[in-house]
Amino acid sequence: MRRSFAPWATPDAKPLIRFENVTKRFGESTAVDHLSLDIFEGEFFCLLGPSGCGKTTLMRMLAGFETPTEGTITLGSQNLAGVPPYRRPVNMMFQSYALFPHMSVEKNIAFGLKQDGMPKDQIADRVGEMLRLVQLEKLARRYPSQLSGGQRQRVALARALAKKPKVLLLDEPLGALDKKLREETQFELMDIQHDLHMTFVVVTHDQEEAMTMADRIAVMDHGRIVQVATPGEIYEQPKTRFIAEFVGDVNIIEGHVQGQENGLWRVKTSSAAVPLTIDDPDEVLHSGQPVAIAVRPEKMVIQRDPPGPGAINVLTGEVWDIGYLGDWTVYRVKLATGEILRVTRANASRFVENPIEWDEQVYVTFAPDAAVILAE
Amino acid sequence: MTMRRLSVFNVTSLVIGFAFLYLPILLLVLYSFNASRLVTVWGGFSTQWYGALFRNEALMEAAWVTLRVALLSAMLATVLGTLAALALTRYGRFPGRALFTGMVYAPMVMPEVITGLSLLLFFVAVDFDRGFWTITLAHTTLTMCFVTVVVQSRLMTFDRSLEEAAMDLGAPPLRTFFSVTLPLIAPSIVAGFLLAFTLSMDDLVIASFNAGPGATTLPIKIYSAVRLGLSPEVNAASAILIGIVTLGVISATLLSKRSVLRSRRNAH
Repeated sequence: MRRSFAPWATPDAKPLIRFENVTKRFGESTAVDHLSLDIFEGEFFCLLGPSGCGKTTLMRMLAGFETPTEGTITLGSQNLAGVPPYRRPVNMMFQSYALFPHMSVEKNIAFGLKQDGMPKDQIADRVGEMLRLVQLEKLARRYPSQLSGGQRQRVALARALAKKPKVLLLDEPLGALDKKLREETQFELMDIQHDLHMTFVVVTHDQEEAMTMADRIAVMDHGRIVQVATPGEIYEQPKTRFIAEFVGDVNIIEGHVQGQENGLWRVKTSSAAVPLTIDDPDEVLHSGQPVAIAVRPEKMVIQRDPPGPGAINVLTGEVWDIGYLGDWTVYRVKLATGEILRVTRANASRFVENPIEWDEQVYVTFAPDAAVILAE
Repeated sequence: MTMRRLSVFNVTSLVIGFAFLYLPILLLVLYSFNASRLVTVWGGFSTQWYGALFRNEALMEAAWVTLRVALLSAMLATVLGTLAALALTRYGRFPGRALFTGMVYAPMVMPEVITGLSLLLFFVAVDFDRGFWTITLAHTTLTMCFVTVVVQSRLMTFDRSLEEAAMDLGAPPLRTFFSVTLPLIAPSIVAGFLLAFTLSMDDLVIASFNAGPGATTLPIKIYSAVRLGLSPEVNAASAILIGIVTLGVISATLLSKRSVLRSRRNAH
C-alpha cells in the first residue's frame, strides 16, 4: 500500500502545504532563500540537511513561530500569513520535547484538548486513546521528571497527536534517543503515521533516519532545497556532489568528459589508465567539461585477480585499511594517485578462504550503470 | 561536593567570622529573656518583657503598621518587579534597555539616605501627606529591584520552548503565561516577595524620612526608644523582628534554590 503512494507524481494532485518563494532573513543572514516546496496530504516528508541549512526555520515558519520575510505559505486553501501558532491546525513535537514539568503525563496530553474546550469525558477518552497508542497507560500520573528519555519522547508525541492535527511537525524527533531505541521508534513513527493517515513533516540532520522513514526527502543547503525526491532517488540519482556526499558514503573520482560512445560517456581521469565508461544517459555534457563520478562503495567490486582483458572501469591500488563491521567489511584502497576508495562487501558467508589482506595489490571495478556523473 | 579537611586556621577564621557577625545579635536575644530591668546585668531567665511588650500599645501599634506596610509594599514590589524582570528578559534589545536595567537596579546601590530624602522631597512637592501610604510607596521603590533580580535569574534559565509548546497546542499568549510560565516561576516570585517583605520590615532610614505623625514603624519606634534609654522590652521586640526576618530570608533562599534546581533538572 505504501509503495503505490506517490501524489507528487500525479499532475493534478493538490498539495496540502505549499511554500511559495519563501525567504526568511535574520538581520544580515538569510536562513531560507526563495524556497518553493509542495507537501501532499498523507506524506511522511523529511527536511534533511546539515545544521544551519534552514530546515528548522522552515518548520518554525510552518508552526507560526517565525514569519516569512517574503513569500507565502498555504495550508489547504488557507494562507497562513498572520495566523498565530495557537490558531493553526498544525502541532509540533519539539526537539527538547518541551513537556510541562508541573503537569502529569495525562495533563500534558490533555493540555491541547482543554484549550479547544472539549468536554471533560471526551478529553479523558482521547487521553486514554493516546496513552494506548504510545503504550504509556501505566505512567499516566507520573511527572516528566520521573520518566526516561524514551518515555518522555512518547509523551511528547502523544501530546502533539492528541488534537489530531492536519499536519504533525517533528523537530529531530529521535535525536535524544540511543541507537537501538531510535531504530525501534523510527518504525513506530511510520506505523502511527500510516494508521492515522496524517501528514508528518520531520526535520532531521540524520540521513539514515530520513531514508528509513520518509516518503520523500528535501535535502537543504544554505537555505535552499537542493533536491526533493524519494529516498531511493536521492541515494541512487543524487543531483549534486553535496547530496552524494551528504547522503550515504560515496567515492568521488574527478575527471573530464572525453565524449559519448554508444550512449555511454567516456571520462578521462588520472585515477585509471583507460578512460572510465559511465552509463548516465540523462546528463547533458560536452567534451572537456570537468565532472565528478560518484560511485557508492557497495557498487564497487574488490578482487585480487586481474580482470579479463576486455574489462572496463578498472582501478588498481593496495589495501590500506580493512574494517570488519559484522554485516559488512569495509576496504579502504589506496590508488597510485593517492586517492582512497571505500569499497564494501557484504559478508554473505561466515567463512572466507584466503581473504584479502592488508597491503595486498587489488583491482577495484564497477559497472557503467553503477556510477553517476555530476557536473562540477 | 567534596568536603575539604578543616584546618585549625579555617576553623578559627570561621569562628571569628561568625562571632563578629552574630555575637551582638545573640546577646540581644539572650538579654530579651533577662529577668533584670538592667539591660547589662543578667538576673535570671524570664519572659516577662515579651508580656510587657504585648501590653505596650505604642509598640504594638508600630508593629501593626510595620506588618501592614511590609505586606502591602511587598505585594506591590512583587507585581512591579516581576513585570520588570519579564520586560528585561523577554523583550530583547529595546531602545533604552541598558538605561532601564540601570534604573531598575539603582535603588540597590543607592545610599538609603538619598533614596529616602528624594522620596521625601517628592512627596512634599506633590503635597502628599506623610504616613502609612508614603512609607508603603517608599518601600515598594526600595524592594522592587530585589524581586526583579530573583525573578530574572529564574527567567534566564526558563526553557522558552515550553511556552511555544503551549501556544502550539492552542493557548493564546495570556493563557500560556498563566498556565505555563507563572506556575513555573512561582517559587522565585514567592522568594522575591519574602525578600521584599523582610527588607521592608527592618528598614529604618527610608521609613524615618517618609513616616508621618499618623504612622510610625517598629524600627523607628525602637530607635527612638533606645535614645531615651535601653529597655528590655525593646530587646524583646527586636528578637521577634529578627525571628521574622530570619524566617523570611531562609524561606526565600530555599525557594529560589529549589526553583532553579527544578528548572535545571527538567532541562534534560
